Amino acid sequence: METAMKTNRARNWDRNVVLSVEHLTMRFGGLVAVNDLSFNVGRGDITALIGPNGAGKTTVFNCVTGFYKPTEGRIAMRHGAGVSQDQIEALTRTGRQYDDDGDHRVFLLERMPDFEISKRAKVARTFQNIRLFGGMTALENLLVAQHNPLMIASSMTVGGILNLPGYRKARGEAIDFAAYWLEKTGLIDRADDPAADLPYGAQRRLEIARAMCIRPHLLCLDEPAAGLNPRESTELNELLQYIRKDHDTSILLIEHDMGVVMEISDHVIVLDYGQKIADDTADEVKNDPKVISAYLGVDEDEVAAIEESIDMPVHHAKHSQRDEGGQP
Amino acid sequence: MEYFLQQLINGLTLGSIYGLIAIGYTMVYGIIGMINFAHGDIFMVGSFIALATFLALVAIGITALPLILFITLLVSMLFTSAWGWTVERLAYRPLRGSFRLAPLITAIGMSIVLQNFVQITQGARVKPLPPQIQGGITLVEGVTDNGTIAVQLSYMQIIIIATTLALMIGFSLLISKTSLGRSQRACEQDQKMAALLGVNVDRTISLTFVMGAALAAVAGFMFLLLYGVIDFYIGFLAGVKAFTAAVLGGIGSLPGAMLGGLLIGLIEVFWSGYFSVEYKDVAAFSILVIVLIFMPSGLLGKPEVEKV
Amino acid sequence: MASTTSQPNIIADSIKDALIAAFLAAVLGFFFFALRTDIGPGGLDLTYRWGLWFTAAAIVFAVRLLLNLFIFKAANPITRGIKLSAPEGVTSVVGRGLGPVLLALAACLPFLLMWLFPNRDRQYIDLAILIMTYVMLGWGLNVVVGLAGLLDLGYVAFYAVGAYSFALLAQHLNIGFWTALPLAGVLAACWGIILGYPVLRLRGDYLAIVTLAFGEIIRVVLLNWYDFTGGPDGISGIPKPSFFGLEFNRSGGFAEFFGIDYDSIHRFVYLYYIIFALALITNFVTLRLRKLPIGRAWEALREDEIACRSLGINTTNTKLTAFSIGAMFAGFAGSFFATRQGFISPESFTFLESAIILAIVVLGGLGSQVGVVIASVVMIGGIEVLRNLNWLKDIFGPDFEPTQYRMLIFGLAMVMIMVWKPRGIISSRNPSAVYKEKKKISSDMVAQGEGH
Repeated sequence: METAMKTNRARNWDRNVVLSVEHLTMRFGGLVAVNDLSFNVGRGDITALIGPNGAGKTTVFNCVTGFYKPTEGRIAMRHGAGVSQDQIEALTRTGRQYDDDGDHRVFLLERMPDFEISKRAKVARTFQNIRLFGGMTALENLLVAQHNPLMIASSMTVGGILNLPGYRKARGEAIDFAAYWLEKTGLIDRADDPAADLPYGAQRRLEIARAMCIRPHLLCLDEPAAGLNPRESTELNELLQYIRKDHDTSILLIEHDMGVVMEISDHVIVLDYGQKIADDTADEVKNDPKVISAYLGVDEDEVAAIEESIDMPVHHAKHSQRDEGGQP
Repeated sequence: MEYFLQQLINGLTLGSIYGLIAIGYTMVYGIIGMINFAHGDIFMVGSFIALATFLALVAIGITALPLILFITLLVSMLFTSAWGWTVERLAYRPLRGSFRLAPLITAIGMSIVLQNFVQITQGARVKPLPPQIQGGITLVEGVTDNGTIAVQLSYMQIIIIATTLALMIGFSLLISKTSLGRSQRACEQDQKMAALLGVNVDRTISLTFVMGAALAAVAGFMFLLLYGVIDFYIGFLAGVKAFTAAVLGGIGSLPGAMLGGLLIGLIEVFWSGYFSVEYKDVAAFSILVIVLIFMPSGLLGKPEVEKV
Repeated sequence: MASTTSQPNIIADSIKDALIAAFLAAVLGFFFFALRTDIGPGGLDLTYRWGLWFTAAAIVFAVRLLLNLFIFKAANPITRGIKLSAPEGVTSVVGRGLGPVLLALAACLPFLLMWLFPNRDRQYIDLAILIMTYVMLGWGLNVVVGLAGLLDLGYVAFYAVGAYSFALLAQHLNIGFWTALPLAGVLAACWGIILGYPVLRLRGDYLAIVTLAFGEIIRVVLLNWYDFTGGPDGISGIPKPSFFGLEFNRSGGFAEFFGIDYDSIHRFVYLYYIIFALALITNFVTLRLRKLPIGRAWEALREDEIACRSLGINTTNTKLTAFSIGAMFAGFAGSFFATRQGFISPESFTFLESAIILAIVVLGGLGSQVGVVIASVVMIGGIEVLRNLNWLKDIFGPDFEPTQYRMLIFGLAMVMIMVWKPRGIISSRNPSAVYKEKKKISSDMVAQGEGH
């Protein structure tokens, strides 16, 4: 039934793919953290990856961004629409890491080291436990993110030492770009304060601003709303909508705050014990008994039985998710 | 073959001494995450205390050698422990919780202080002590073109290896069975949490230094007996070698320290025996570098999982 | 606490505490003060020095008692009046003005010394050269430890590479100082890359021990490769630098060309300005690099390596550049050292040198350029002052040898300064880029590199 529905509607994430994860498996010793996982991320979509604690969400992130080498599977990042599956297959056979020519660029992330993924494939990420450069100012944090273009502009430091006009111009532009994102995240007044000095919510926004400074095609956010108050949460939603609309950046996020997920996501993928149990729009997923059971920690039949017994239609079931410890 | 066997015995003996010093490094590193650069000099202090005790006991007319050796061992362990305690109290405790390079610098400073203190009070010249324990067991006798070669296991070597073994066993029991060992392991994991649960963190760390110093004193005494020559500078090289051993075995791991010590001892002795004496230190350090390149956490260390 | 305690209690407490300290000193010192082993006619002799032992314990008692009464336990510690540390505002003003003042002072130092101490000018200029060498080494190591946060305990290896490069080039190929200087720097940088490449992915203290090992390996090789390096005998007859082809000779050299009287001081002044210029270049390049993307990447690496990788920074290459640039400066300093001494041997490149340079960087305050200058003057100048304590002989008698206390006091000073100021003398960080207003960053927020 599910497959039938999908083919009927031909979702964006099947038509216009930016990232495709195919048969991803990640084992740590005997532990299988992610098992044969496949999903697509649609270009311009906000895609949410949800699931109970220990479902393997962050592991998927770490595989996508190169911090873990997957045991098996393929992770393909595409720049520009219209990359054919054949091109990816051909690239896979050549053994190269990426195909950087022309308009249809493909990157096989599982083959690339982490910094190359950010540098070439333009996948940016944030971290569950914020990782800012605490002793550096907010502005400096955003300039570090523009390291690679600035390195080229400083002709690998030589031009920079001589303070050539080309470098001075690039430096000014980099500061303007950083200021633009500080403005967007409401941090412009604190540009010259050390990152460690900022309040928690501001640090989360600064991390997003920093990730945006690499001009990513895909932005991966690991629990961006964790620890935010409701107002900050709303602001975050607006920021993410803005990023998606105005910057041609697709977003993949891990989130526990179902309010955020259901409100902004175009596409929700649910993981449990390293396997995909649902992959659909937010509305569909919300009412999926498999998902509810995973969150409640009971069998699917039991959910159905309970719902029947209290005479409550499935799709009205209020989520009393077994919420995760990530929420302070 | 006989030559090989003899070198093996010599290497194990030297390695035992390194291993005993290495335990001090590894324990301190495990519990407060610092390189105690002064530990090699604590070993040197231990050997000087042993030498003075030995001479004093002879001077007051005790003749039974086993008794002298036993008392010397106890006295040097006791007094060297006091040195270990004091160094921690003066140079490291005030910097607890400070950033990590500060105690490294005070440790180097303490090392300079100890070396120069001993040099000033005891003089810069080497102190020779004639061999006290002679004889041994001939294990194998082989005939070669140049005559006979006997593989000797001297009583001295037996004593060193047996003492090391006994201390290692006692020590492992101490760490795994007693409440002190439990406190130590708790402090290794999380000092703040351990303190909240009623572990006296300062006392536990002090005791760690005391135990490390006591073992270094044993090593110092055995070094004195084995080589018969000490001076104020022996602590540096022995310390660096022992630290190398601790890292090679995987810093923080007690069996690792012992294994690393034995390996460094064997490498040195075999390199001297088969290649050149001059480059034995280069050999030991090169092995360290090579091992670390392929096993970044040492031989028995827990691999560090990169938490993202 | 102290204010509520009544006076007799303070005294009783102080005495009790001082007694404990004296007892501890007696225990620790028993085998070192009371007993002394010496080589005698029939093996080792044991001499007893009860008087010395007792005096040592008594001194500890007295010092501890005084400290207790007036500082540790006193209601009004006398140190409060002395103001050991200036308030933040003053330090920042002083800190801002200090650099230019020091620079101006350093620029005219030789002439100042010649004017002030006409009889001992040579000695003092030589000391200034030595201090300036350590300033340069400190600045070089600051790139590695202070900016990139990589703990390097074998920095002296590159200093040795620089010194031996010049010495060997001069010996075999007859190359002069000015040609050899860049070559020595490049060679040292190459060694930095060769040694750094395999090991820079090691974390924190593993890196420390490997760099220490490299330092020792290079020293042992220099010591034992007799045919090439002269082994323990070292290399002598290293040429002095010329001034645009002019030698500092009695005839036909610098003095004659400029029509002034020959004085051997000219060469010292010249050497001083060479190392001054080299140090300034080091400082200038470091300060520039800090504001460039590469320098910012070093600092980011010190703060958080994983975040760096998530931003597309090739951490291995970034570390390698820091390591090799640090090595290059050490190479320059090394070849200067060789030409100044005219003679080098492995003895000059022991671990103690690395430790002293690292201590200068840490005591000065990681990443602080002015801090390195202050620490060099205090530590290196201090050692040399301690060399000249012969007047103490008048007090303690002719048998008293003050110079042997030099390193003991040096070590104690290292411990005490660190305990007093764990973050170093100057411990705030200047941001590398400013949007509106430049604010100093307190060192509490600045990370210290790998592993923490």
